[in-house]
Amino acid sequence: MRKVNQKGWLFVLPVVILVAFNALIPMMTVVNYSVQETFGDNVFFWHGLGWFEDILRSDRFQAALGRQAFFTFLILIIEVPLGVIIALSMPRKGFWVPVCLVTMALPMLIPWNVVGAMWNIFTLPDIGLLGYFLNHVLGVSYDMTQNPTAAWVTIITMDVWHWTSLVVLLCYAGLVSIPDAYYQAAKIDGASNWAVFRYIQLPKMKQVLTIAVLLRFMDSFNVYTEPFVLTGGGPGNSTTLLSIDLVKIALGQFDLGPAAAMSLIYFAITLFASWLFYTLMTRHDVK
Amino acid sequence: MRKRSIIPILYIAFLMLPIYWLVAMSFKTTQEILGGFSLFPRQWTLASYRTIFTDPTWYWGYINSISYVTINTVISVTVALPAAYAFSRYRFLGDKQLFFWLLTNRMAPAAVFALPFFQLYSAVGLFDTYWAVALAHCLFNIPLAVWILEGFMGGVPKELDETAFVDGYSFPRFFVRVFLPTIKAGVGVAAFFCFMFSWVELLLAKTLTAVYAKPIAATMTKTASSAGYELGLLAAAGTLTIIPGAIVIWFVRNYIAKGFALGRV
Repeated sequence: MRKVNQKGWLFVLPVVILVAFNALIPMMTVVNYSVQETFGDNVFFWHGLGWFEDILRSDRFQAALGRQAFFTFLILIIEVPLGVIIALSMPRKGFWVPVCLVTMALPMLIPWNVVGAMWNIFTLPDIGLLGYFLNHVLGVSYDMTQNPTAAWVTIITMDVWHWTSLVVLLCYAGLVSIPDAYYQAAKIDGASNWAVFRYIQLPKMKQVLTIAVLLRFMDSFNVYTEPFVLTGGGPGNSTTLLSIDLVKIALGQFDLGPAAAMSLIYFAITLFASWLFYTLMTRHDVK
Repeated sequence: MRKRSIIPILYIAFLMLPIYWLVAMSFKTTQEILGGFSLFPRQWTLASYRTIFTDPTWYWGYINSISYVTINTVISVTVALPAAYAFSRYRFLGDKQLFFWLLTNRMAPAAVFALPFFQLYSAVGLFDTYWAVALAHCLFNIPLAVWILEGFMGGVPKELDETAFVDGYSFPRFFVRVFLPTIKAGVGVAAFFCFMFSWVELLLAKTLTAVYAKPIAATMTKTASSAGYELGLLAAAGTLTIIPGAIVIWFVRNYIAKGFALGRV
């Protein structure tokens, strides 16, 4: 058991000061804007919860939220199983381990707008590798700037390319922590591959998998730069995710009140969903 | 070769394709790029790289990015170390709530904070300096560093601390001489993640800088829109942004494999 020691506060003080400076002051600013109306010239009026009502009722917000939720849903159901499968089939020791880890981690270390730009170059219909291949070799008509379906397929593929490795690395870490004795015991008992996965590997991966799902949820729900650079939210509004719409309102139109209210709603949804995921996934540990 | 190694091979091939295309394009002439499709550069040229290394607006972008990323990594890991120690060894009033509050900052969409951050850092006079970006990135890097380090420290038996104190070590000496070397894999992994998330973030970095501290990523965005279609230049700049990340992973590759397993990240 950990000792009760209030000196702990002294140790966490620098962290608290730095994070509070960055989190509380901007958050207060946002709250402040969200309840006021302005006609410019720094004159503000009390607006109560008006912006929140407007935002929640607006079709534009609901549509963007729907797209964001759909995006996150697709990301989770593709990346998590894919990441688990890849982690299971990776070598456990030897020369190829560092090679796999380094090449797989590479996409995560590329600046996000470069990822967007890279996929843009990659998918240009006539001069991009993928675009050329689809259009001129397979004969599929593919143009991300014209066709909403193509745009969606592209942003999903890009995110799978970018972030599946996170799930792989975390699951792999869980897998290598399983002692060999477990597998030997399973072999003696004549357990099937499925049984090994279900009763040995999955339980060991559970903790890291929880972290992976949480991180992937938070990041895909807040994704902004890559899809924005790749599609700019288009064609039309078909890939305007919530974050893209928010930046449009806040920095593009400078509508501070609605943008602030929208930010708070957005944050609240993320927080609530993360809490829900966390509670559901760790529910059985408590018992 | 086992049959199932086909899966990682296919996956890595899929990961490398867009990167290959970016690198290949950076060695092509603009004419060749716009002229049509070619799998390999027909006429190798270093013109794009020459532009980047001779034009100050380009190479300063790299220096700026690396500067604020380094400052951020040092700050995040330094302040996270004692905090993670406290979370893993002591119980104190509100420790659980504090830990959760720290993590919630990892969930805040950067888009939410862009405008208030601009106002905050303008107000304290740090706008357009390395410090502004480095401190702003602490928002999501410190919680992550605390989280990772706490995992690693939890794996170190408490007897280590107790023995050291019995042996007459003072706390600071114990922490630096005994404790830090035991969790150096954890420090490596935490520093790696701080570097990574600070290096790849653009929205805040762009909002908080104008001229003197502008990150390379922002220079690229501006070029992409103003200079029309200089794809070769853009590809070369993109290729160069991959290199620092690749170097950092190469250094921590063994820590990642071991590290993840040790400290239930």
